[in-house]
Amino acid sequence: MSSQAQQPFALAVISAGTSDPSSTRLLADRLADRSCELAACHGQSVTTSVFELREIAADISSALVSQLITPRLQSAITALGDADGIIASTPVYKAGPSGLFTSFFDILDDDLIIARPVVLAATAGTARHALVVDEQMRSMFAYLRALTTPTSLFAAPEDWSDPALNRRIDRAAVELVLLMESGFARKIRDASWESYQHEYGSAGGTGTGIDLDTDLMRLAAGGAAG
Amino acid sequence: MQFGIFSVSDITRDPVSGDTPSEAERIDAIVRIAQKTEEVGMDVFAIGEHHNPPFFSSAPTTLLAFIAATTSRLIVSTATTLITTNDPVRIAEEYAMLQHLSKGRMDLMVGRGNTAPVYPWFGQDIRQSLPLALEHYNLLHRLWREDVVDWEGKFRSPLQGFTSIPRPLDDVPPFVWHGSIRTPEIAEQAAYYGDGFFANNIFWPKEHYIRLIRFYRQRYAYYGHGTKEQAIVGLGGQAYIATKSQEARSAFRPYFDDAPVYGHGPSMEDFMELTPLSVGSPQEVIEKTLTFREHFGDYQRQLFLMDHAGLPLATVLDQLELLGSEVVPVLRKESEARKDQQAPAAPTHASLVRTRYGDQPPRQPRPNPNRGDNVTGGSPYQDSTAETQAGYPEL
Repeated sequence: MSSQAQQPFALAVISAGTSDPSSTRLLADRLADRSCELAACHGQSVTTSVFELREIAADISSALVSQLITPRLQSAITALGDADGIIASTPVYKAGPSGLFTSFFDILDDDLIIARPVVLAATAGTARHALVVDEQMRSMFAYLRALTTPTSLFAAPEDWSDPALNRRIDRAAVELVLLMESGFARKIRDASWESYQHEYGSAGGTGTGIDLDTDLMRLAAGGAAG
Repeated sequence: MQFGIFSVSDITRDPVSGDTPSEAERIDAIVRIAQKTEEVGMDVFAIGEHHNPPFFSSAPTTLLAFIAATTSRLIVSTATTLITTNDPVRIAEEYAMLQHLSKGRMDLMVGRGNTAPVYPWFGQDIRQSLPLALEHYNLLHRLWREDVVDWEGKFRSPLQGFTSIPRPLDDVPPFVWHGSIRTPEIAEQAAYYGDGFFANNIFWPKEHYIRLIRFYRQRYAYYGHGTKEQAIVGLGGQAYIATKSQEARSAFRPYFDDAPVYGHGPSMEDFMELTPLSVGSPQEVIEKTLTFREHFGDYQRQLFLMDHAGLPLATVLDQLELLGSEVVPVLRKESEARKDQQAPAAPTHASLVRTRYGDQPPRQPRPNPNRGDNVTGGSPYQDSTAETQAGYPEL
């Protein structure tokens, strides 16, 4: 194992639950805890940062309507941008992830979490919402070119007393830890970051490299349009 | 350093009185605001360009010519002139005419415009906005510097043996600012030509345009126009001033809360903390504005947005009075005391004439007579060099 892999993994947990404590947060925490235990078995440590979107709901709505990114919102964005792994957990009310959850991800730059391993998790009041995770959340993260784990988590009321939920949590934790250990996201960043579309100042404000060797830059310096 | 006002030209309902000014009232008001800008001792008035309600400024050179005619010292400018949807030939002609009529008391700021539906109204496509802007500006730059232009590009029909008239005043092109906050290509173009670079500075976090201005400065030096410190930078800002901070905050709050761009979003206090907006006493506005220099380096032009969000004319005029009498004199003094020796003043027509001609008289082009074919070929002016060749379409 390389020396870089011995750094603690940064795990960012995003929860859009609205009560305190919420079952959405609880589901995310159980997965985060399992992932930490598992990583520890592999001789790795994990630093977890949890972001309750409920606490920055006003910041999220302000950013949506006015482009203003508050420091609290920026710290969540920065943590996601720095994360080795992400747990994204939301309640489902109306056959889709909660508006708070999608609003937060709507604000992010398209290139913020490229190739990052993400476990998708959702809770709902009825099992009728079960496919929201795989049919809606997965496509949003595909747009962000994140790497969703094969196992996603869904918990309706009956699942909380079903040992099968624990087995799925364990499975998702294994997938997440193995993906973090693989260093895939970092390797993509090193090997082919430029092959994705970026804007100046994107990737949460970190994308400030400027390539002078482009058709547009030549046009800017008095050349002809390609 | 130059100080002035820039207006978006919005016609917005006054959320306190409930009144919406008519277009006629707002156009009269903007003329008064521009005149007041000069009366209170400021240097620049700039107007935006829009082609849809609730804005009025679709024909900036007409407005600015009138303002220039009724003032004596004020520099009239734009914020911005749409370099994408306007034909660069028309920009060259209209602004050269404005330059003559204002006796050089003008410059302009070019920008792209981000309202997608406007583009097709003028036969353009917003997806091509950046290459369109770059190519149009390359052409505009030549039209003001070459008597006869042969040109072929991607976005406009070719020009053959074209002379943009009138030639710029004293044959010195108007100074151009490029407005952008996150497009490195625009900063590169401004640097390549040695033009000015303007950040509207309405939203922070400012970190990425701090880096962009730094990039513009480096490239300005790279292209040999001077040192990084000599690059020409302009910034926007917003303020609402009253003798006491609380008075300013309670008077401005209803306008802030209902403002078209950021209303119904963040609180005014958050916005003041996180953006250049200052609402408070003259001293608070002075302190906030002085921080801009710390972030961006010495800069040449500071424009304030003061007439938006439905503020009535009487209030705007009072604001200008306070800005001109209590804020700007201190800012002038402080920025003069703090600035680097190398930092130049903003270019003016007089300084550009001096740079170009020194003590010699400026060129005054006089046309040759029409030769009967309505084109003047390679020698449109009596002093045109004989070598200038013009290409013509072959039939």
